[in-house]
Amino acid sequence: MTESDLFRAEGLGKSYPGVRANDDVSFSVAPGEIHALLGENGAGKSTLVKMIYGLVQPDEGRMWLAGQPHAPSDPRAARAAGVGMVFQHFSLFDAMSVADNIALGMDDPPPRRQLAERIERVSADYGLPLDPRRRVASLSAGERQRVEIVRCLLGHPRLLIMDEPTSVLTPQEANILFDTLRQLTTVGTAILYISHKLDEIRALCDRATVLRHGRVVGTLSPRDHSAREMAGLMVGAELKVVDRSGRQAGPVVLEVAGLSSATGVEGTRLRDVGFAVRAGEILGIGGVAGNGQEQLIAALSGETIGRPGTVRLAGQDLSTLGPEPRRQAGLLTAPEDRLGHAAVPEMSLAENALLTAAGRQALVRRGMIDHGAARRFAERVIAAFDVRTPGPDTAAMALSGGNLQKFVIGREILQEPRALVVNQPTWGVDASAAAAIRQALLDLAARGAAVVVISQDLDELLELSDRLAALNEGRLSAPVPTEGLTLDALGLMLGGAHGMEAAHVVAA
Amino acid sequence: MIDATTFLLLLSAATPILLAALGEMIVERAGVLNLGVEGLMITGALAGFAGAHATGSPATGFLTAAVAGAALAMLFAGLTQYLMTNQVATGLALTLFGLGLTAMFGRPYEGVKAPQMPGGPLGVNPVIWLGLLLVPLIWLFLNRTRAGLILRGVGENHDAAHALGYKVRAIRVAAISTGGALAGLGGAYVSLATVLQWTEGMTAGAGWIALAIVVFAGWNPWGVLAGAWLFGGVTVLQLRLQAAGSAVPIHILSMAPYVATILVLVLISARQKYARSGGAGGPGSLGKPFHAIR
Repeated sequence: MTESDLFRAEGLGKSYPGVRANDDVSFSVAPGEIHALLGENGAGKSTLVKMIYGLVQPDEGRMWLAGQPHAPSDPRAARAAGVGMVFQHFSLFDAMSVADNIALGMDDPPPRRQLAERIERVSADYGLPLDPRRRVASLSAGERQRVEIVRCLLGHPRLLIMDEPTSVLTPQEANILFDTLRQLTTVGTAILYISHKLDEIRALCDRATVLRHGRVVGTLSPRDHSAREMAGLMVGAELKVVDRSGRQAGPVVLEVAGLSSATGVEGTRLRDVGFAVRAGEILGIGGVAGNGQEQLIAALSGETIGRPGTVRLAGQDLSTLGPEPRRQAGLLTAPEDRLGHAAVPEMSLAENALLTAAGRQALVRRGMIDHGAARRFAERVIAAFDVRTPGPDTAAMALSGGNLQKFVIGREILQEPRALVVNQPTWGVDASAAAAIRQALLDLAARGAAVVVISQDLDELLELSDRLAALNEGRLSAPVPTEGLTLDALGLMLGGAHGMEAAHVVAA
Repeated sequence: MIDATTFLLLLSAATPILLAALGEMIVERAGVLNLGVEGLMITGALAGFAGAHATGSPATGFLTAAVAGAALAMLFAGLTQYLMTNQVATGLALTLFGLGLTAMFGRPYEGVKAPQMPGGPLGVNPVIWLGLLLVPLIWLFLNRTRAGLILRGVGENHDAAHALGYKVRAIRVAAISTGGALAGLGGAYVSLATVLQWTEGMTAGAGWIALAIVVFAGWNPWGVLAGAWLFGGVTVLQLRLQAAGSAVPIHILSMAPYVATILVLVLISARQKYARSGGAGGPGSLGKPFHAIR
């Protein structure tokens, strides 16, 4: 090792039952450096930093911190050695005050009044305003992250680990965070920064170590490489551009007309929503979250039942039917919320497959579950969509977000629906998994299904849809062809500018 | 009409529930729901009686009760924290187990008289003093000490506590055994200071009342004290009414403390529903199993 390294890992390895999370991982971090750890979901980034922070013990390999061997048996030991960590999912205690939360993260907290003073001083020094007396439950996501960062800074870490810190922040909050991190490096603190937002890493980080399937595939300088090159390194190949060819619009399959929410419905009410999707066509529905997306997918899936004549599939009126008859007729949906809505977290993948596929795949015979068939169907989904998991008996909640998303989308696509409605199909999913999901949606349309993609990702909508409409305060604009639509025009359309109102009037 | 004697009777009637509820409150603040309080209390009642009978010393009896309560609670701790059994089911089983076990081993003690308790300061039973003293002590422990902060942290969010390097299971096991010891003391008070003999099933649902009081007290020791006094007060009142030869049937009167407690619970939870925004709910991880990922 060179004298200048602050942290160094050599040959780190960690196995879980059925998964090799890390294999022969070696890299080093210099003092004052912002070092990125890059990789897809499930590439082993989280396991790696958990070993550095003492939450998980490596099976083999060694680490050094500032020249000393680093083998923390628990996070306390890691903190004592100078490692701090800000978690992806906040490790905060909601019912407690900011000061109590910070005291819990310190090994030897000073008395209350001194602690409050130190919190105020550190938060002033780094431009992270915090009131030590506030209850954490009343804080915004950005403020909560500040609590975690201040908690780490009070321990004067030499190496600060940040696990996808910007995933919960607004762009403004993210910029404040970047300023804080740069300021930290000026006093020699090194930062290990996990993310899969490539633009962010190019703007912030000095070096990046790329992981793939638990192994280091390279260390590079992000400023000298394009986001595309880095993505290629992450997934092991050039990112595939989705193939839109081979689709032909057929007759209208899914037809929605005059769909309005009943009065008294929670959230945004749908107002006279109407559209038609042809076989082989993808209709994109854009709009800022909270403008009726949840209500629309609930009305289409059958979770809320509508007035007769509002939802038709190939001429058959499904409006008054519940979810299972609609699935039997060929209208499938995949809601946005993976854990709790699209999948039951505690149940295995096979059982989750059963939940929506029981009828169409004949996984239930004479009222008895055919477990063998359910497992085989789950295995087909796992294989076809490259879901990284030990097998169909793994609980849904044990999968990373991207892997579970591949599973819940794949579960619907493999049932060969006549019409499929998905909400935020690639939310929180890394680049290669997102490309795979998008390609699968295009392939499904090419096989003659009608597909509706509800999304907030403009690039995704432009990439997938043949026609595009915007949902705004429960009203759907008239769909326009995507061909030739600029991002600016699209932004205006989604922002709910006046053109949209006009379009609505025309449609009505 | 509250004179000194009546107040003393109230304190005495409240003490078993106060002790058991304080213990359960510590357990729940650590995020564990132990529904076996009744079983722990009845075990304490018998163990305390047997210990005092064998040695002639009520103090030894109370000590035996605390140890027996803690030991039975450790069974619950082992099952729920290490073998990951369901807390609700295990707690209920613990109650049934305690009731059955004491019914069997209690036979030789039926009809035996308990040794005389010595009077404490001001002629008040020392265990009553202990209960009263524990209220501020536990409040100080939970709100002013580092150990109390960690205990609350473990109950509020065990994943976060684990991520910060706290030993979630060890802390919970310690809390569960403390709660068991206090429930055992409460049970022994019934057999050694109130009834002065052993009868099968003599705690008569006090453990369930203690459980309810923890909730209605909002997991706060002062609230627990208020709840225990409310129950004690209604108990004394109905005894007085019975003694005065009230026309109300005796069973209705015996029911009164339980009915009063249920009524208060309903009122409190109805009010909490309206004032949900304050977030005065229980510990965030209460009753949820904790799996450490290694």
